[in-house]
Amino acid sequence: MAQNAEKSKTVEKPLLRIKDLKTWFPVKRGLFSRTVDFVRAVDGVSLEIYRGETLGLVGESGCGKTTLGRTLLGLEKSNSGEMFFDDMPLHALTPRAMKQLRKRLQVIFQDPMSSLNPRMTVIDIVTEGIAQFKKIEGSKEAHARRLLKEVGLAADSIYRFPHEFSGGQRQRISIARAIALRPEFIICDEAVSALDVSIQAQIINLLISLQQRYRLSYLFISHDLSVVSNIADRIAVMYLGQIVESAKTSDIIQNPLHPYTRALISAVPVPGKKGLQRTLLKGEIPSASSPPPGCRFHPRCPDAMEICNCAAPDREKFHGREVWCHLYAHPAD
Amino acid sequence: MTVKKNDSEPENRLLTVRNLAVSFATDDGTAKAADSVSFHIEKGENVGLVGESGCGKSVTALSILRLIPSPPGRIDADGIWFDGQDILSMPSKQLQDIRGRAISMIFQEPLSALSPLHRIGRQMMETILLHRKMPAKAAWQFAEQWLGKVGIPDAAERMYAYPFQLSGGMQQRIMIAMALMLAPQLIIADEPTTALDVTTQAQVFDLIRAMKAEDTSMLLITHDMGVVWEMCERIIVMYASRIVETGSREDIFSNPKHPYTIGLLNAIPKLTGERGKLNDIPGQVPSPFDYPRGCHFEKRCPFSMEKCVHEQPPFYDCGPGHRAACFLLADNAG
Repeated sequence: MAQNAEKSKTVEKPLLRIKDLKTWFPVKRGLFSRTVDFVRAVDGVSLEIYRGETLGLVGESGCGKTTLGRTLLGLEKSNSGEMFFDDMPLHALTPRAMKQLRKRLQVIFQDPMSSLNPRMTVIDIVTEGIAQFKKIEGSKEAHARRLLKEVGLAADSIYRFPHEFSGGQRQRISIARAIALRPEFIICDEAVSALDVSIQAQIINLLISLQQRYRLSYLFISHDLSVVSNIADRIAVMYLGQIVESAKTSDIIQNPLHPYTRALISAVPVPGKKGLQRTLLKGEIPSASSPPPGCRFHPRCPDAMEICNCAAPDREKFHGREVWCHLYAHPAD
Repeated sequence: MTVKKNDSEPENRLLTVRNLAVSFATDDGTAKAADSVSFHIEKGENVGLVGESGCGKSVTALSILRLIPSPPGRIDADGIWFDGQDILSMPSKQLQDIRGRAISMIFQEPLSALSPLHRIGRQMMETILLHRKMPAKAAWQFAEQWLGKVGIPDAAERMYAYPFQLSGGMQQRIMIAMALMLAPQLIIADEPTTALDVTTQAQVFDLIRAMKAEDTSMLLITHDMGVVWEMCERIIVMYASRIVETGSREDIFSNPKHPYTIGLLNAIPKLTGERGKLNDIPGQVPSPFDYPRGCHFEKRCPFSMEKCVHEQPPFYDCGPGHRAACFLLADNAG
């Protein structure tokens, strides 16, 4: 296994570190399937996640947040950039090493109906991973019962099939499967988006309790800012394949810096809030195969300046926060 | 023609639904989708029908236009009156005249509501010609004008586009144009923005607000409490096939009375930037094949009493226009 030579210092190091990650999908046309273009789904993303921390990744559909999660899991191949999980380079792992890593890196998808095998009983679903890695403690049945109890399901339902459960219960099964191997890191891709509010709250609470119990790290991918703000320690906002702002949750929600983050937050309908001071964005998200030059947000940005259509903004540190916007490059103006 | 006048209705009442029950016969038994649903909509009023999936809100809306396929569906009601006409006993020819002209619908999935095989212009023209006597050319121009009004750039060109060539937000704008262009008296919007991103949702609601005529009423069906807060003056809350509470926006949000409404409002994740556990409602929604005899919320209710198990709670008045179906309110209602 490829181990980084430099051993960790006593300062806490991030569990997951991504540097300038790019995942592009080729667009093929014509008789010989020539690659004519690329959809730049993830286009230069850097971020870190620490142990026991939840990073919320928010953005609208097509911004590349799901592709980022899938690239981390090895379900999509990255074109360039680096991903380190506890100093192991995810981008250069052999399939065999990647399989070993599944013990530590797990995922919960949005739709349990399509991520749980309809022909498998719950006992087989939740113990498949631990059976694979020979980690069953006691009998398989007892282990499955323990797992179900942990996620708040009746232990006697182990011989039932996924379709016999409601949406919220099915998501609990997905969670039981994800935590079975005692992973350190779980990617939650829109894990509560398909659920009703009262059930959604149950699942969010379950994820928070499991995190406290096992010191889990989450990458919580969602389009729903309100949900993310209730579970994440930090939030990264994505737009068209790139991160535009990342900061502590309270900073992002109470004092968003990037014009896109501001528009996104003001667009969320909140009971009690008057919709009048809303920043309405013009137009729509441009295509990820031909992103606008300069700052990708500039055609829709209410604060666009001249520099925005020619130069892509660098990462600006602004009061200890990170924002990719020219507005914060010269705070004196 | 069998137009039954409902004389007891107040002047400005546009729609009255009384004691609506909808059930579906399936192989597994009969599913009760809606039960004892009664409400009304006044002229120019925006009413929100909220509840979680399976609570019967969409079925209620579809019943208003008799769009429930029968069999397996079955509508039973004391009556559905629209503008003084009895919808349930109306011949289907007359109903077709109402659909799309007097009452129009905006559905959640524009791509499944629009025909994939026909160009936008032709689909819009079809609706216009069905309800208005005008030359085809004029109808085409009328449709093109409306595409411009709902903010579609290059409207003349987009008339020739197929639905799949447009983004979700654009498709929903076309649905809105089709729903509004014939100046309906009532718009039924069934989760119109659920498939859209928040910034697009904001654009769409802005558009509906700007385009809707003053005296046009709207019934907005949604699961999102934030959306009803923004769009509606009066709110109806449904749970497991029944209405549990109805009142003005302020009644529901500032002074909710039914334990389910209270629980629902507490369970919403708040956008405050403070992290922490949410107040969930424990338990599951009961199955529509096997609703309990008494209050449908009884099993999840923190205030459940013996009476709740056996009896269906009636509505108690909590203020002008504010009613909730819960036995807890029996004492102070008097």
